[in-house]
Amino acid sequence: MTGMARLTCRVNGEEVRAEVPVRRNLLDFLRNDLGLTGSHAGCEHGVCGACTILVDGVTVRGCLMLAVQAEGAEVVTVEGLAESGRSAALAAAFTARNALQCGFCTPGMIASALEYIDGGGGPDRAAIRAHLSGNYCRCTGYQAVVDAVCDVIGGAAK
Amino acid sequence: MTGPATIFDRPNRYIGTAEPRADAARLLQGRGRFVDDIQLPRMVHAAFLRSPHAHARIVSLDVAAARAMPGVAAVWTGAEMAAHVTPWVGVLTHLAGLRSPPQPALAVDVVRWQGEPVAMVVAATRAEAEDAVERIEADYDPLPAAVRMEEALSPDAPVIHPEFGSNLAWERRVETGDMAAAMAQPGVTVVERTFRFGRHTGVTLEPRATVMDYDPAEDRLTMHYSGQAPHMMQVVLSRHLGLPEENIRVISNDVGGSFGIKIHTYGDEIAVGAAARLLRRPVKFVADRMESFMTDIHARDHVVTGRIGVHADGRIAGLEIDDLTGIGPFSMYPRTSAIECNQVLNLTGAPYRMEAYRARGRVVFQNKNMMCQYRAVGHPIAMAVADGLLDEAGRALGMDPVVIRQRNLIADDAYPTTSASGMKLDDLSHQKTLAKLVEVMGYEALRADQAAARARGVHRGIGILSMVEVTNPSPMFYGIGGAPIASQDGATVRLDAGGALHISSSVTEQGQGTNAILAQIAAGVFGVDIGRVKVTTGDTATVPYGGGTWASRGAGIGGEAMLLAAHALKEQVLEVAGVMLQAGVESLDIRAGKIVDEATGAERMGLADLARTVYYRGNELPADLKPELVATRHYRVSDMPFVFTNGAMGAYVEVDTDTGFTKVLGFWAVEDCGRVINPMLVDEQVRGGVVQGIGGALYEECLYDDQGQLLNTTMADYLVPMAAEMPDIVVAHVETPTKTSILGAKGAGEAGTGGAPGAILNAVNDALAPLGASVWQMPITPERVLRALGVVAD
Repeated sequence: MTGMARLTCRVNGEEVRAEVPVRRNLLDFLRNDLGLTGSHAGCEHGVCGACTILVDGVTVRGCLMLAVQAEGAEVVTVEGLAESGRSAALAAAFTARNALQCGFCTPGMIASALEYIDGGGGPDRAAIRAHLSGNYCRCTGYQAVVDAVCDVIGGAAK
Repeated sequence: MTGPATIFDRPNRYIGTAEPRADAARLLQGRGRFVDDIQLPRMVHAAFLRSPHAHARIVSLDVAAARAMPGVAAVWTGAEMAAHVTPWVGVLTHLAGLRSPPQPALAVDVVRWQGEPVAMVVAATRAEAEDAVERIEADYDPLPAAVRMEEALSPDAPVIHPEFGSNLAWERRVETGDMAAAMAQPGVTVVERTFRFGRHTGVTLEPRATVMDYDPAEDRLTMHYSGQAPHMMQVVLSRHLGLPEENIRVISNDVGGSFGIKIHTYGDEIAVGAAARLLRRPVKFVADRMESFMTDIHARDHVVTGRIGVHADGRIAGLEIDDLTGIGPFSMYPRTSAIECNQVLNLTGAPYRMEAYRARGRVVFQNKNMMCQYRAVGHPIAMAVADGLLDEAGRALGMDPVVIRQRNLIADDAYPTTSASGMKLDDLSHQKTLAKLVEVMGYEALRADQAAARARGVHRGIGILSMVEVTNPSPMFYGIGGAPIASQDGATVRLDAGGALHISSSVTEQGQGTNAILAQIAAGVFGVDIGRVKVTTGDTATVPYGGGTWASRGAGIGGEAMLLAAHALKEQVLEVAGVMLQAGVESLDIRAGKIVDEATGAERMGLADLARTVYYRGNELPADLKPELVATRHYRVSDMPFVFTNGAMGAYVEVDTDTGFTKVLGFWAVEDCGRVINPMLVDEQVRGGVVQGIGGALYEECLYDDQGQLLNTTMADYLVPMAAEMPDIVVAHVETPTKTSILGAKGAGEAGTGGAPGAILNAVNDALAPLGASVWQMPITPERVLRALGVVAD
């Protein structure tokens, strides 16, 4: 049996106190312990990007961080981004462009795209493609995702 | 009365418009319902011990220590599981001669590929199940492995199933015309090449996932299924777990990509069903990524030798292919692993006229993971071989790739006709499609750019490809051969009391937008706002019986059933309205949720008024009126084995002759999928298909060593196309509706994957040709390019 540890952090603005196995990764904790199933496990080795979340404002792979490492941290998942309205413009653009098909990569894609936009990224298709290169999508061909990000940046500039 | 023929001009026109998907919002907010999101009371988790050997005898399996591990609910060896799951055999009668031995859910006595499940642990958490798997003591006696398909038929190859005497699973030949005479004609130039297509796999971002929930009180098993064909899976579970079909419910909610990967019978998933029944509690299994690479079906793995003979004017005299394909140790159940080879024989050269066609296909067993139908089954091989040979022939004649295709494509006014392989073809538009491709890609300007680049020492190439795609399959695909796979699909449309439509269909959604197009069809044909249409798919308990979504049939078959059902309901509703309004049915129509006067559009009654009267106040209706506010219709393709589509693709690449790296500068796809129901969804599906095709052409390969060990089992080692490598892809359409249905829609989902590899191959060889080099192996890796250039030697 593995050891347990106390964990206190904030998830989507709410304080969370839990006792978790020290080997449990943050993604499993969010999904299985908190029922926040929007973040997805695609590879569990930090490559596919489907579990991308924000920890203290920075995108991280939920599968590459242990839950106990989130002690004292502010964690935001796709559910939190939607609830607060932070992802609303991107969500509207993704819908208008059909920038998702199965939707499994989408929560991570939203987090990465938001990081690009909030970081002042411009409507430069190559730069957007480079920024999103940590997020696998097997359905769309990526073009509509790039279009959607450009739409949000263009809309914000007007 | 408005008949089906006029549905495309109606005021509530949704067919042909870029409607956004209603289910996008849920997925964008993290509110998807994927199988791994399901948490049920008392649910336990499965993990599997898998064979580390490609071929070995199981000497002993000691599971005592595993059973004693914390959290463990049960452990089964393959032999123990065999008492609860009957084995299956992946053959179909219409593939005459195909053989495959009974396959158990978990290996018994012998393991035949690395990754084959050997024992199963069920525990409170997946982590505890994996801990216990580590404690199983397994002792194997390794056997010689038949790994390379080229050697699988040699007399000294290890025979994987001794009762068969060889590793040959199936062989088929096709012969049309007199090949020897055609090739021997004066002035015929003959070109021969050998093409190699590596193994790759679907890499669905959501891995295979199953939750099995057994209710002993009703002897009922519910499978939460990440897949494409719920009714097929119901039969498979029934047959092999020994439960009545009606006691099995299969539910597919959100599916995180499938591409054909999740439509097959996997022993680990069936064992999960048995475990749920034996433990009388829900059991979840979600493959991890290593398990996905080792056990999700692989695709392709062909060596094809092809010969083409062309006259001096470019016309094809003869085309001959010999396809060898390796399928792993068993033919996959229930679709078999011979369909891809069958498709290669059926489809090679199908866009072109020729005097003679000859093909041989051989399907062989080997000690690798199983190979089966993945997106664009057989098409990438068939198209790359025919169009690769055609380009070589063109080079030999000094003829432009566009011109040699124009000389050979079946004329747009020649339909109906039959391909050299015997396929019935109708409603195709090869010439128009190629002309449009030349226009949208700016072919002449690209040739000029290529020449300018060449002058700078930069090697660019243009690849052109013309193709057919098998879509809307009839019963001739699987049903005729005895597979429990419906070729017809059903749709139900119900008018609810509030005036909204509830629709359901037996085709399924894996992200293509199936639910969205079904709503578009129902709303448009019946006459309501699309926001008032709610869709249910993917539940054997509630939807009509049908085949699901595969072989690009969702829109063409499921869509037609929905059109027929919506039209039938409209007639039923108008009949009721006619009585209530004392008006002739022909004088009424349904528009925007209202019964209106057909001629003036004036509102006569709201749909909700009508429905509420029927449902709540039937006393107001004449006694002899029997209102039916629900209609169900089914549809199957009956006049063709398949409804073929066609397309033309163009690729522009740059090959770095120092590094061997190929960069895709541009890609163009012109597709004729008949009537386009939602151009936005179709375009992005074509793009996604092209990107998967580029993956197979340039990056993706399951690499085995000569012991049958898979070398790349992580996403870091197995390359798929990422955003940065992919170009923007231009998609254009020619619309030639199929006459087999009112809707006129053909499939569109697989064309990109089927055509892009050949277009890329042709582009790379166009870039390399002036250097005296060529590549005939996919993926076209930098190493293979450098070998072709002689920069790297063996």
